[in-house]
Amino acid sequence: MREQKNVFQFIDKPLLWTYVGLTLIGWIAIYAAVYNPQHQNLWDIQQNYGKQMVWIVSSWLIMMVLLSIHPRIYHQSGPLVYLISMAMGLAVAFLGREVNGARAWFELGSFRLQPAEFMKLSTAMMVAYFFANRPIRMDHFGSQIMAGLWLLIPVALLLLQKDTGSALVYASFVLVYYREGLSVNYLIYGLAIALLSVLTLWLGLNTMWVAIPVVLILYVVLAADSRKAFFNGLKLTIPAMVLVSGVGYAFDNILLAHQKQRILVLLGKVDDLRGAGYNVHQSLIAIGSGGFWGKGFLQGTQTKFDFVPEQSTDFIFCTIAEEYGFWGSMLLLSLFGFLLYRIFMIAERQPGTFGRVFGYSVGCIIFIHVTINIGMTLGLLPVIGIPLPMISYGGSSLWSFTAMIAILLRLDSGRMLGIR
Amino acid sequence: MPNLNDSKSSKEIRHLLILSVVLIVFSFFLVRLFNVQVINEEYSELAQQNAVRRVNSYPPRGIIFDRKGRKIVVNRPIYDLMVVPNELPKPLDTTELANLIRISPKELKGRLLKAATYSKFKPSLLHAQIRLEDFVNVQERLHDFSGIYAETRTVRTYLYPNAAHLLGYVGEVSPELIAKSNGEYQSGDYIGISGLEKTYENYLKGKKGVQYRYVDVHNREVGPYKEGGFDSLPIPGEDLHLGLDIELQVYAENLMANKLGSVVAIEPSTGEILAMVSAPGYDPNLMVGNVRSKNYRSLAKSPLKPLFNRPLQAMYPPGSIVKSLQALIGQELGLIRPESRFPCGGGYSIGNHTVKCTHTHGALNLEESIQQSCNPYYCYVFKTMVDQNRGLKPKEGYKVWYDYMKKFNVGRKCEVDLPNERNGILPSPEYYDKIFGQNRWKSSSIISLAIGQGEFGMTPLQMAHTMAIFANKGDYHRPHLVRSIGITGQKKMKYREQLHIPIKPKNFLVVQDAMQKVVDRGTATTYGKIDSILICGKTGTAQNPHGKDHAVFVCFAPRKNPRIAIAVLIENAGFGGVWAAPVASLMIEKYLLGGTRRPDLEERILKARILPQGIDSLPVPKKITG
Repeated sequence: MREQKNVFQFIDKPLLWTYVGLTLIGWIAIYAAVYNPQHQNLWDIQQNYGKQMVWIVSSWLIMMVLLSIHPRIYHQSGPLVYLISMAMGLAVAFLGREVNGARAWFELGSFRLQPAEFMKLSTAMMVAYFFANRPIRMDHFGSQIMAGLWLLIPVALLLLQKDTGSALVYASFVLVYYREGLSVNYLIYGLAIALLSVLTLWLGLNTMWVAIPVVLILYVVLAADSRKAFFNGLKLTIPAMVLVSGVGYAFDNILLAHQKQRILVLLGKVDDLRGAGYNVHQSLIAIGSGGFWGKGFLQGTQTKFDFVPEQSTDFIFCTIAEEYGFWGSMLLLSLFGFLLYRIFMIAERQPGTFGRVFGYSVGCIIFIHVTINIGMTLGLLPVIGIPLPMISYGGSSLWSFTAMIAILLRLDSGRMLGIR
Repeated sequence: MPNLNDSKSSKEIRHLLILSVVLIVFSFFLVRLFNVQVINEEYSELAQQNAVRRVNSYPPRGIIFDRKGRKIVVNRPIYDLMVVPNELPKPLDTTELANLIRISPKELKGRLLKAATYSKFKPSLLHAQIRLEDFVNVQERLHDFSGIYAETRTVRTYLYPNAAHLLGYVGEVSPELIAKSNGEYQSGDYIGISGLEKTYENYLKGKKGVQYRYVDVHNREVGPYKEGGFDSLPIPGEDLHLGLDIELQVYAENLMANKLGSVVAIEPSTGEILAMVSAPGYDPNLMVGNVRSKNYRSLAKSPLKPLFNRPLQAMYPPGSIVKSLQALIGQELGLIRPESRFPCGGGYSIGNHTVKCTHTHGALNLEESIQQSCNPYYCYVFKTMVDQNRGLKPKEGYKVWYDYMKKFNVGRKCEVDLPNERNGILPSPEYYDKIFGQNRWKSSSIISLAIGQGEFGMTPLQMAHTMAIFANKGDYHRPHLVRSIGITGQKKMKYREQLHIPIKPKNFLVVQDAMQKVVDRGTATTYGKIDSILICGKTGTAQNPHGKDHAVFVCFAPRKNPRIAIAVLIENAGFGGVWAAPVASLMIEKYLLGGTRRPDLEERILKARILPQGIDSLPVPKKITG
């Protein structure tokens, strides 16, 4: 009993309150998004805000439970949790209910469960377990392969479910691995690959096929030692050509028609305000019309009258930006910024590897969610349906993010009690 | 290779680099947000356009009443079917819908495609102007077709199939007018296009009401904008009360049935128009609703020119009826007296040209000259006025005469409250200077004017107006149709004004005496005379180079306290006394006595069919004798 009391005493309050604040902001935003003068009952369980309140309260309960569990359990349960969630991920790909083209949900009565959300949590635990239980050197190829495997399994399962958005989340682990010793070059390669891919989609494969050799020739001509420059340049040019061809091929042959269209709209190559560009256009109108001070609570016409699609889930940021304007958006971003800062700080102060790796994983997962989600509503990234952590409507994702933060808080408070 | 992971500073760098990535991404978002939310103002406008719909509610147009308070023009509801393509049931039973609104499935598909091309989410017009009778059937089945709904408007109903030319019609406002109206009119609004509907548009139209409503993405109305603070109710248009007697109008149109021509009747004491007929006419209801353009085209094609508003736009040489004016002006100038006599001799010769007289008589005095319509008499009168006016040169003499004619609105608009009135034709002295050379002309050059022919054109309205002035001995009001507008009960300022032509009443009396004799025992006696009413009139007959002559008759009655002045012109009807005079005479009976006592005559006129064979253009009379 004494230990139990101490657990709550040593919990990191700033992180806890930031988390609670975000869930409540989320609830208010959902209420505004689905607000209808005809249904004003705050607790109507049929409405999204009523349901979300159930999720919020239940997630607090989950947090209490998770805070009560001994940290050692977390240290050891990584593989089991990982195995169970991956099995669920496999099952849902065949047995789940199809919504919007993705077969990613189990249906339990009127509530839906999305294994993808728990796969993130379990992958974080598995990766932390992986680093904590043996000496891993991320500059070794074998370690890199193993580390990559923990990500490849969920990504494969998610692609099987046709849930591309969730699969993309696992890219954030590159930052976790970087923290654990992966060379900074991988980040640079990643950036270069991203840049080349965008250029390929933007300029077209043929242009790139010409442009890359031209750059090589210019480099060789201008360099002092042409011969050396040629061979060095070739080392970069050949992979670049392969990559560019791969991207071009993937775009033409692997991506589905609607995904291609979204990308073309984003690149400004296609103007399609009624089709693929409609969501983003309406989203920008909502955000832009908020102005500096916003239209005020329940005054957002773009969201209240359903011009913005998926406004209580993927496009929830629009509601906040429209009703609270620039200062509100800034406040929300600051809260997320503070949350991430706090999480990375907590991760860094963990005496053991497990806590640190898990902390970074949680931070990076939340970070990539915020980035992709807000980037999408602002028309900077293609439309990829993933939730804004703690804000978007949805039980599975809120439970999953709650569990991540709860476990991190528990690990952190255990640190003060000397548990490693 | 040293393991970077081991050094403390390396961990610190990695920690900071990850934090920097977060900071960079979030800063980038903030810049973008600032751009979109604070700098760019276009989005607020777009949001407004998205969510606020302006709904017009149309006011009913003003009602038009006749002089006895009978309704002539009222409004009735019609229904426009609107479609929101995105909300249509899928699949849509186009055959059933096409049957319901009675168009071909092919036509329906075309319209639906057009609507979907305009917008899938905004309403487009699917089928315009369904009458109430038809709409009842449509309404019963409308719930089967989500995405289709009806909008109510009102259109005109003309309760009499008469008076089309003066009432005019309304139609959708043209893009040019919308551009000119400074936002007053919008696409789809109705506007008066001709007749009184056009002249009094500003009174009749009322004021549109506007409601601003929030709409959701499905274009459903979800509530008032700003609690309705910007909304306004429609204000109905102002009613018009006409001086027109619809019963007299209908009677006159019946008398003119199967004839071409005009009848204009004016109340001399007020200038109010009692009846104004352009024959052939048409039912004004032909110009209402979705059949208007079709009907308009077929009317426009008719060789009888039913759309031509003859009382205001057809110009005829006045012929002999101008002799009353000549007699009056000659007296006023002191150049002739009632007892002045001029030789007739069957003609008036200038060189080898002779203005012939249709009658054989000796030298007549003024009264007899009007009574018998002697041509040479008025050639002498005209010559006296132009060439021998107290030492004035012919040009100056002509100018004096010309100014008097203008005072009687000859060659000058009467400024009636209808659009497109014509001036008529009366050449100015400067015009003749140009034709013949400075001062190289005199009365003999333009002698046709003496008997109302040559370059001389008067509209039937001007003819009737002249009679109104004669009836009142020089006092007159500008002729007009509307005697009171809306609740103020006033007519327009310019019609309230009493005007006066400075001619001595005794000179009018002489001419009135003569005109009374025209009807009592002159050229109009046979069919014009009414035993109980003294009528003053003058006949005319227009020679028509394209066919039979046109018949003209002008008159006013009763002689004492005149209540009606009439001009009748019947094309191709020959001598004025035979066809035009009885029409005027029957109208006087109708108006003053309530009906005719000469049923045989009435029957003959009603049944008479006086139409030219195969005319292809409006005959322009060149010469009138009488």
